[in-house]
Amino acid sequence: MSRNAIELQGVEKFYGGFHALKRASLSVSLGERVVVCGPSGSGKSTIIRCINRLEKHDGGRIFVGDVELGDDLRNLDAVRREAGMVFQQFNLFPHLTVMENCALPQILSRGTRRKAAEENARAYLDRVHILDQAEKYPGQLSGGQKQRVAIARALCMRPKIMLFDEPTSALDPEMIHEVLDAMTELAEGGMTMMVVTHEMGFARSVADRVVYMEAGEIVETGPPKEMFGNARDPRTQRFMSTIAASA
Amino acid sequence: MNAPGAVYNYIEPQLPPHIARKPLLKIVFGDFLSATLTIVAIAIILSILPVLNWALINAHWNVASPAECQDGGACWAFIRAKARLIMFGLYPPGEQWRAVAVILLILAMILASLSPRLWNAKLLAVWATAIGVMLILMGGGIAGLRFVPTSKWGGLPVTLLLAVLSLGLAFPLAVLLALGRRSPLPVIRSISVAVIELVRGLPLVGLLFVAAILLPLLLPAGWTIDKLGRTLAALTIFAAAYLAEVIRGGLQGLDDGQIEAAEALGIPYWKMIWHIVLPQAIQNVIPPLTNTAIVMVKNTSLVLIVGVFDMLSAARSATTDPAWPAPSTEAYMFVALIYFLICFGISLYSRHLELKVSARAHG
Repeated sequence: MSRNAIELQGVEKFYGGFHALKRASLSVSLGERVVVCGPSGSGKSTIIRCINRLEKHDGGRIFVGDVELGDDLRNLDAVRREAGMVFQQFNLFPHLTVMENCALPQILSRGTRRKAAEENARAYLDRVHILDQAEKYPGQLSGGQKQRVAIARALCMRPKIMLFDEPTSALDPEMIHEVLDAMTELAEGGMTMMVVTHEMGFARSVADRVVYMEAGEIVETGPPKEMFGNARDPRTQRFMSTIAASA
Repeated sequence: MNAPGAVYNYIEPQLPPHIARKPLLKIVFGDFLSATLTIVAIAIILSILPVLNWALINAHWNVASPAECQDGGACWAFIRAKARLIMFGLYPPGEQWRAVAVILLILAMILASLSPRLWNAKLLAVWATAIGVMLILMGGGIAGLRFVPTSKWGGLPVTLLLAVLSLGLAFPLAVLLALGRRSPLPVIRSISVAVIELVRGLPLVGLLFVAAILLPLLLPAGWTIDKLGRTLAALTIFAAAYLAEVIRGGLQGLDDGQIEAAEALGIPYWKMIWHIVLPQAIQNVIPPLTNTAIVMVKNTSLVLIVGVFDMLSAARSATTDPAWPAPSTEAYMFVALIYFLICFGISLYSRHLELKVSARAHG
């Protein structure tokens, strides 16, 4: 067994000449809930996208569970089965019903039988309270409903880790809480979670640890109380006070 | 804002007021534009009248001998007499039930494939089997069916087979070319670009000549490919190049997030292409796909240039019978009607598909 669910050691990422991640090191233990925050362009989405290799890292090492991410495609499959991802723009498949969105990926990537896949999908759709919309198409749902379906779809793959890339940033304000509620319920169930978000209320009540990033660097990490109350680094303090002022 | 405590008096629902009626004369000659349009419309109707006269009133539907068709009316009796030749070409008359069976089988398969719900691997297998059955039916030589060489095939079955097979075979080829053209691997990308641009740069007639005449000369001695097969190959590669560009347009319209989501869910590449990417890419390009399909159905008529006996060639040869007085207008109109029915059918179907897609997107 590995020590940590996720382990980053001095990870580097470049987009052309732009240095997006600078020697980022971070470990997330099993069952831990980590919220990553920081101004836009700070590398917080990049770090989460490197963890399931939607982006390739250019230096350092990344471990997910026991597996190191590299060019070996078998490892990649293993990692993607471990880590579920929820996107800012939902990325539901618009040509499939809600039920198919949840059932088909299981069939395609795990070889699950259709009946079992649909049963599984029903269970998770019920868990995010959207089972009644199962036969609709994504285009017929509200943003909040879509994001809950996206969460159910990721959960259907039975991941050990859930990655959230700004899951509420594309939502109208009145829909944010339904998504955060679903995420809170998930956290209460013991899921290991890494969440990029600006929702500091969520961070305060759910996170075990808050990671503050700026300009591609992990500036500081600590429990939410410490980070919001008395952060050590002046950059963190400045960001937290602007967030507090706007909230 | 309503003041608190205000009293509301609700009125009964009422019918909308009547539209003021304009006198007819004012509608058709009311102003300069209306008057012009009216006059043009009357002129068009008047000019069509002689055509109707020819096509219906003076027409001959039933004649005892071809000589009765001499007086200038349309000679539909000719179509009756030559229907078999136009529909089946030189196919042996005693075996023409087989050609009819092929036409019916194609129509049945198309009808059975209309609903997108049924588009899966099973349907593909059924199609492959059906095509096999059609070829056996047409060609014979086994199962007690008399052998009929492809040089004797003709008419509507050839037109339909060429259209269905060339589009059906071109489609997977087009998907590969479109994906190849977007590939990050330079070799695959340049091959795809080269094939697409080369084929699109050639006229179909040229391609047909290459396939029908040059190809046998280029092949090593002893190698022969059936003329119909070569023609089909030319039509297929031509359709593939055009379809590839249409499909590429659909791929470009696809959000990158769709591919990221599929990757994050661990869906393997080809399954992702088949289940996630292509259905959406194709939905995005239904109108231009329809356009290409219709153009290709009509392009099959060009095979007459290299001596393949499709419906148009059959109609042409029917008109050469010296017993009948120059009935080519009637023959071409008949063939045109059949082409129109096929193409209009495709058009209606694509409209139905588009409505279905938009209903899904907007609830």
